[in-house]
Amino acid sequence: MINLAWLIPIFPLLGFVINGLGRNLFPKFVIGALATLGVMLPFTISLGIFFEFTGPEAVIIPLFDWIKVGSLNIPFSFQIDQLSILMLLIITGIGSLIHIYSMGYMSHDAGFGKFFAYLNLFIFFMLLLVLGSNYIIMFIGWEGVGLCSYLLIGFWYTNGAYADAAKKAFIMNRIGDLGFLIGVFLIVTTFGSATFADIFPQAQNIVSGDATLTLITILLFIGATGKSAQLPLFTWLPDAMAGPTPVSALIHAATMVTAGIYMIARSNILFTLSPITLSIIAVVGLSTAIVAAIIALTQTDIKKVLAYSTVSQLGYMFLGLGVGAYTGAFFHVLTHAFFKALLFLGAGSVIHAMSNEQDMRNMGGLRKKLPITFITMFLGTLAIAGLPPFAGFFSKDEILAHVYEHNQLLWAIGVLGAMLTAFYMFRMLFLTFWGSFRGTKEQAHHLHESPFSMTFPLIVLAVLSVVGGFIGVPEVLHGHNWLASYLAPIFEASNAKMEAGVLSHSTEYALMAVSVGGVAIAIIYASIRYVSKAHVPALDSQPKSALANLSYNKFYFDEFYNAIIQKPLDILSNFFYKIVDKAGIDGLVNGLGTGSQEASKTFRLLQSGNVGFYIFAMVIGIISVLLYSLF
Amino acid sequence: MDNFVSSIQTVPLNHYLILSSIIFTIGVIGVLIRRNAIIIFMSVELMLNAVNLLLTAFSAYYGDAAGQVFVFFIMALAAAEVAVGLAIIVMVYRNTSSVDINILNRLKW
Amino acid sequence: MILFYLVSLLTITFSLLVIFTKNPIYSVLYLIATFFTFTIHYVLLNAQFLAVVNFIVYMGAIMVLFLFVLMLMNLNKETEPMKSTLIKIIAVIAGGSLLVTLIGSFKQLDALGISTINKPEIGLVENLGKVLFSDFLLPFEVSSILLLSAMVGAVLLAKKDKTDNG
Repeated sequence: MINLAWLIPIFPLLGFVINGLGRNLFPKFVIGALATLGVMLPFTISLGIFFEFTGPEAVIIPLFDWIKVGSLNIPFSFQIDQLSILMLLIITGIGSLIHIYSMGYMSHDAGFGKFFAYLNLFIFFMLLLVLGSNYIIMFIGWEGVGLCSYLLIGFWYTNGAYADAAKKAFIMNRIGDLGFLIGVFLIVTTFGSATFADIFPQAQNIVSGDATLTLITILLFIGATGKSAQLPLFTWLPDAMAGPTPVSALIHAATMVTAGIYMIARSNILFTLSPITLSIIAVVGLSTAIVAAIIALTQTDIKKVLAYSTVSQLGYMFLGLGVGAYTGAFFHVLTHAFFKALLFLGAGSVIHAMSNEQDMRNMGGLRKKLPITFITMFLGTLAIAGLPPFAGFFSKDEILAHVYEHNQLLWAIGVLGAMLTAFYMFRMLFLTFWGSFRGTKEQAHHLHESPFSMTFPLIVLAVLSVVGGFIGVPEVLHGHNWLASYLAPIFEASNAKMEAGVLSHSTEYALMAVSVGGVAIAIIYASIRYVSKAHVPALDSQPKSALANLSYNKFYFDEFYNAIIQKPLDILSNFFYKIVDKAGIDGLVNGLGTGSQEASKTFRLLQSGNVGFYIFAMVIGIISVLLYSLF
Repeated sequence: MDNFVSSIQTVPLNHYLILSSIIFTIGVIGVLIRRNAIIIFMSVELMLNAVNLLLTAFSAYYGDAAGQVFVFFIMALAAAEVAVGLAIIVMVYRNTSSVDINILNRLKW
Repeated sequence: MILFYLVSLLTITFSLLVIFTKNPIYSVLYLIATFFTFTIHYVLLNAQFLAVVNFIVYMGAIMVLFLFVLMLMNLNKETEPMKSTLIKIIAVIAGGSLLVTLIGSFKQLDALGISTINKPEIGLVENLGKVLFSDFLLPFEVSSILLLSAMVGAVLLAKKDKTDNG
């Protein structure tokens, strides 16, 4: 199976080409089936590889020589190892489910074929990103998923705000991409290669805290902040919810946004050797987690809540990376992919049932009408809140335990973030499914459970969200941390460099108890506020407290960026437009034009047409040339 | 013949230069003061010959045959030029019944 | 030595006459005389081949051509267009300054110290022929094409246009 790995990205690419060309020719079920097949087949291959792959050593599958310049050789080859196999499974597995879901969700959309073509293209690039055996191929995938993200956010491009959101996402990503690209250039100049297998062994010999390495890792991290929506580049992700909900689930929750974490986990040795960068990552991750969680507290749009929750959870993953808990961070990627995809798809199901209503203030009491959606989303919420024994508990606990080893203050803030998470997630759940229905009559009339193609992925993902955590049960709970031992070869070098602090079992129990207790308190408070008191968030027009306003308006991040970046740029471009271009360049060009016109009006009189005069002028000219060369 | 050569050997190259310059200048003045196209044409021939003479002189003094070969080519060129040029003048004369170059004052823009 | 200055004087005199004579026919005749003095110069320089060619091509072919054309047009003194005196003076001044400039620039050359002929035999037909048919074979052949095209061009130009009423 491993030698078939080159087929994995081929299928979605084929799906993209066929669906892209035949989007208006084929009937919808053919398009849907082709696209789904384009993801399912790679999934089966990935499964095969997963079971066949044994050795701790990575398998390199060379396809062809790509760039050969001097001593620099960048082959087009794939790398199969534990990390890429798990990513393959997440991408193709969740991708398949979301394709199935989309067949139901998008069935009434005019751009059905286009949607699936884009979706397949996205899968292709994402697979390229995780399969590439060097940074350059990774960068192709990195840029490609950015492109697909842009295309899919702006899928309903006739709506101006959606198109703007797409542009915003693309531009913010580009800022990060520039950092990533410069980082890759630095890697190539430092190590003389872009291939992982060449770089990482070399890097192990570098002294910890090396300046170049720190610079490289900071640049790579900037790339990751763009792609994975961290401070200060996170504002694009909430706006990206303009895209169709399956897109939000696939790209902006489960796969693309985790590319940054994948990249850092992939280059873990470089980061381990730059403690400064690690501290930056931890701080940025934690602040993102908290800021996004606070914003999520007051959002009323169901998808916005989930979007900020995604940003917040990504922050946790970066926190994990920052304290060197690579396994924990990756574990969280895995579990987060399950429950966040589930929550998004569930939200999509709700929106579908509510005739495209996204405001939670107009929902409520949907428990009875959408039983499957309700149960699955409830499980997903439990998972994200981090209650045992659901998936989120294990992964979040692993991260938090490592954070505690590292710094207890960070841990305390992290637990606070977990409480906030539990609160806003249950707030969303209660507002949506409890209480009485607050929508219009017409919406109430149309309420219906989604078709099987949409509920099936929900059920699968719900099961995964419940049991997914058991692949990484820590030792302290008498588990055998399968994930940690599976990924051990990847993080071997890093783990060797890190001083491993060992927590006593009692401390670990205490930590778990504190976080679970905090989460439980948050859930109880949410249920009192939104179930017992049936509190409904106030309308936009009503005055709020200062803190609520701050949170509701997303800490004014967009306004802040407008003020410090856009405004000065506007002023600068206006200056260049009015002074430099209009007056300077245009004036120069127009002046030259008028000047030569005026001059020619005078000089053309010299052209009398008299040959004798011409000869005379020629003689004068020759004399002057001779005189000039003489003196 | 030896007599010629030995006598000419005492003439400095400078004098050939001056002679050629004078003939060339006469050609230029001819072009400038006459309006008859044919005379102008003859003046051009004068200038050409002045240059030919100078080339030959240099060739002889430096002992390089290439100069004289060039003169030969210039003569071939001059023959061709005169043939075409005179044909043009005949053509002009046929159309305007004059060889006055002031008639050809359309040579502008 | 004396011979050179004598011939040079003749050359200058005849060429001045060429441009100052009113009658074009005389001009041509003076031009023939000028060219004849050039031939003498070539002989003096021991450039025998060029002397012969100059004699045949210029004095023979080209001058006959000029004469034919002039006689064809039947030009005479009365119809000869002349420029105003002012223009003539200006032209002479311009020419004079050209001469001064030229001679001035020659003065700056230092290679003119040579006053002896290095290889007197170089201008003989035998030597020139060798050079012409070894080093300059291609230009020589190409020049034949030039002459051919000039012939064709001249015929084409001078031919009476059929559409003309003349």
